[in-house]
Amino acid sequence: MHEMGIVLHLAKTLDETAEQEKLTKIGRVVLQVGEVSGIMTDLFTDAWNYFKGRHPVLSESELVLETIPAVTWCDNCKRTYETVKYGKECPHCGSAETWLLKGNECIIKEIEAE
Amino acid sequence: MKIIELGASVTASNDRDAEALRARLKAKGILLVNVMSAAGSGKTTLLSRIVKDMKDLRFAVLEADIASDVDALTMEQAGAKSVQVHTGGMCHMDAGMTAAAFDALESTDFDIAFLENVGNLICPAEYDTGAALKLMILSVPEGDDKPLKYPLMFAESDILVISKTDALPYFNFDVEKCISRAKKLNPGIAVFPVSAKTGAGMEALESALRTIRNSEFRNPN
Ligand SMILES: Nc1nc2c(ncn2[C@@H]2O[C@H](COP(=O)(O)OP(=O)(O)OP(=O)(O)O)[C@@H](O)[C@H]2O)c(=O)[nH]1
Ligand SMILES: [Mg+2]
Ligand SMILES: [Zn+2]
Repeated sequence: MHEMGIVLHLAKTLDETAEQEKLTKIGRVVLQVGEVSGIMTDLFTDAWNYFKGRHPVLSESELVLETIPAVTWCDNCKRTYETVKYGKECPHCGSAETWLLKGNECIIKEIEAE
Repeated sequence: MKIIELGASVTASNDRDAEALRARLKAKGILLVNVMSAAGSGKTTLLSRIVKDMKDLRFAVLEADIASDVDALTMEQAGAKSVQVHTGGMCHMDAGMTAAAFDALESTDFDIAFLENVGNLICPAEYDTGAALKLMILSVPEGDDKPLKYPLMFAESDILVISKTDALPYFNFDVEKCISRAKKLNPGIAVFPVSAKTGAGMEALESALRTIRNSEFRNPN
């Protein structure tokens, strides 16, 4: 469900970009997806394939997903670590006073178009 | 083919819709409050209490209830105009759906409109609905560790209501700890511990809402 919502917005954003930039065809669409964004890439691609048929400029497009690694900051020892490997608890000092620095974003990096 | 670097959020089109709705509501003098929380945290109970307490203001409630109209009926009984929003099974409300809900309300004579968003602490935080104020509710039974688990919701909200405080004696909920965790994520967040059941803390929340409404629109109509 979450994937469906994001794809819907993505398709709409691309439609609007096409109109502004007077594009007739969009090819590759490169998305940067954070490791802990909660986006399941398989579901996302399925949802994308469903939507692109309904948006003429996107009909021949191809979705490329790049992963942004998730990094957590520890407020106690002021160091960073890999979120996916260690989770909430800092591997350096054991503190749980930790915050996600990056890794939950979903950004349209670039598109190929004519 | 050429390559266009965008670096835009996937939700850029929603952000534009949200700005348009915000401008439209500002012109009409309506303060839209996006109310977000987990399911069952006490949104409907809190909102109907506010509507009953603040009789001099005119309220609208947009209910993003997926399956039923129970909440919409409760709000009508409390004295607010309400409208049911169809999210199409979506996990959040976006600005387009919110604008459509306003269109479905026949009148625009409101001082405050509440959007009762879909019940979860993750997805609604990611979408701008066009609201001028974001209010989240965390109920005592959910636990004081929620700021650690759902940081975005706490970072995005202007107001945190800690609800069901009458249940504090039965739960391990440390109000001070919860507030300090929330403030760490969002130093500017205003926190109101309340019980919609006993009425404790309601006055402070209601007077804050009134102040925000009046400062947003200096010439109330
Ligand atoms: N003890 C106590 N119970 C409350 C309070 N506010 C709400 N409740 C109870 O919590 C339950 C859920 O309340 P609702 O107001 O329906 O919550 P909601 O967030 O609108 O729920 P959904 O719309 O279904 O997600 C009900 O059984 C309420 O009676 C409160 O201040 N104290
Ligand atoms: Mg409800
Ligand atoms: Zn540490």
